[in-house]
Amino acid sequence: MRKGRKRAGAAGFFFLLPSLCGTCFFVLFPFLDVVHRSFLSAISEEWVGLKNYAAALETPAFQLACWNTLRFSLVCMPALLVLSLFAGVFLHRQKELGKTLKTAFLFPVAVPVASMALVWQAVFHSKGMLNGLLNCLGIAPVDWMNTPAAFWVLVGSYLWKNLGYDIVLWLAGLSGISESLYEAARVDGAGEWKIFWRITLPCLRPAFFTVFALSLLRSFQVFREAYLVAGDYPHESMYLLQHLFNNWFRDLSFDRMAAGAVLLCLVVLALLLPLERGAEKEF
Amino acid sequence: MRIPRFFFLFLLFCLAFLALCPVLLLLSGAFMSPRELSENLGPMLAETEGYGAWSLLPREPTLRSVVELLLDSPEFFPMFWNSLWVTGGTLLGQMLVGAPAAWGLARFRFPFRRVFLGLYLVLMLMPFQVTMLSGFLVLERFSLLNTLWSLILPGVFSAFPVFLMYRFFRSIPEAILESARLDTKNAFQVFRYTGVPLGSAGMVSALVLGFLESWNQIEQPMAFLKEKSLWPLSLYLPTLSLERAGPAFAGSLLALIPAILVFLSGRDYLEQGIVAAAIKE
Repeated sequence: MRKGRKRAGAAGFFFLLPSLCGTCFFVLFPFLDVVHRSFLSAISEEWVGLKNYAAALETPAFQLACWNTLRFSLVCMPALLVLSLFAGVFLHRQKELGKTLKTAFLFPVAVPVASMALVWQAVFHSKGMLNGLLNCLGIAPVDWMNTPAAFWVLVGSYLWKNLGYDIVLWLAGLSGISESLYEAARVDGAGEWKIFWRITLPCLRPAFFTVFALSLLRSFQVFREAYLVAGDYPHESMYLLQHLFNNWFRDLSFDRMAAGAVLLCLVVLALLLPLERGAEKEF
Repeated sequence: MRIPRFFFLFLLFCLAFLALCPVLLLLSGAFMSPRELSENLGPMLAETEGYGAWSLLPREPTLRSVVELLLDSPEFFPMFWNSLWVTGGTLLGQMLVGAPAAWGLARFRFPFRRVFLGLYLVLMLMPFQVTMLSGFLVLERFSLLNTLWSLILPGVFSAFPVFLMYRFFRSIPEAILESARLDTKNAFQVFRYTGVPLGSAGMVSALVLGFLESWNQIEQPMAFLKEKSLWPLSLYLPTLSLERAGPAFAGSLLALIPAILVFLSGRDYLEQGIVAAAIKE
């Protein structure tokens, strides 16, 4: 950090104050209250220790949701990262064409999930367009929404929505690699694959952690897509943590929900640690 | 070397087409005549033989569905306004409260600054479910549930725009601010007349990303709004079924239009924002 870059003084704190007050009032203090509640009985408000946590963890729905969420992340992350990396590396080398294609990939980021609900219904209905297409190709139709195939519909929706987002991140990482490195390698007679493995990938390593962590966190937020695909009552193969929280919320089982929120918060914090270490330099 | 190159290009074009395809389906659906719609959707609705079909271009394009929506769907417009109010209020608040906060974090040194910055970073990345119950409880205590404020106020104090604008304000060279301070001793004036213009790219990025986020929200209204007349479009549209396909397609298209306009006019800012929130230079 350069000397004199920031001015000492309380003025900065006053700039921050309104936002900080709002954040404390709407987010921080209520969350501390929830942490407190997670140790109390919902009815008698007595201290019950970890009983709420045990109750939450023992719920079969909780285990199903955890497993599905984990499975979803395990499938989506590699697919999304590899697909977006290859698209990014290729688009990086194009000029005008790359820009147009990038816009096309980024477009779903802007499309409201709600606008697509109807199209998704028409496409994935058991007598819908996708099955019509498969039928033409001589493949047996699949009941997309009411079988484990629903999970793959969700994976597809997630990839559709987030591909452009990750491509933009990779492109930013790629533009940081100096052109002279590539030229030197080409002079030495390295092939495209060798250049990719030996130069591009190692240079992208710092970007990789960020892209990975952010994509993982975004995969926790697929509820919108899940809701888009299946509404309130999805097939059990795509019953996610978000559905579980909604059900607890609807049943007013706030004690379990409090425990669940604290657990989820801890998991996200643990996932953030590598990201935090990278950000250390900035602070 | 030439063949794989064209192969990749072809693959990418296919992918890009797939990315745009759902929107194209929606567009053609909104301009199809009722007859063509019922023909296409017949197998899904009336259990006739065969499968649903579609064409990317309607056979006889017509505005009939749009007109029907505008004339016969009284529930649509209040929801459109709800969406506009919530989004507008949230964005205005984010600028008024968030931009000064980002400025304070980026350009001053004061105790616990790093703690606050870390707090905003962590809050930005928390999924909604973590704060869902706490948000509900605080809104309930102040009887804000079932009002549009239950969406606007938590949105205003979202951590994301603060962090994003922080990154942009950070990159302003100190020398420029030094010279601004020669003209005025007032820290607020330095912010208002030098910081805001120089960090405007960050503010526009925050507006673009904030718009898309707010226009798209489903979880928050679902938890905080019982009254259906207060729902934003984003919550209402997924409840429509294919039964009244014409107006439903037209409504989905109308909800999409503001998002497309923001996307097309703010594409560069959207990209800058995505990158700035994730990777530091």
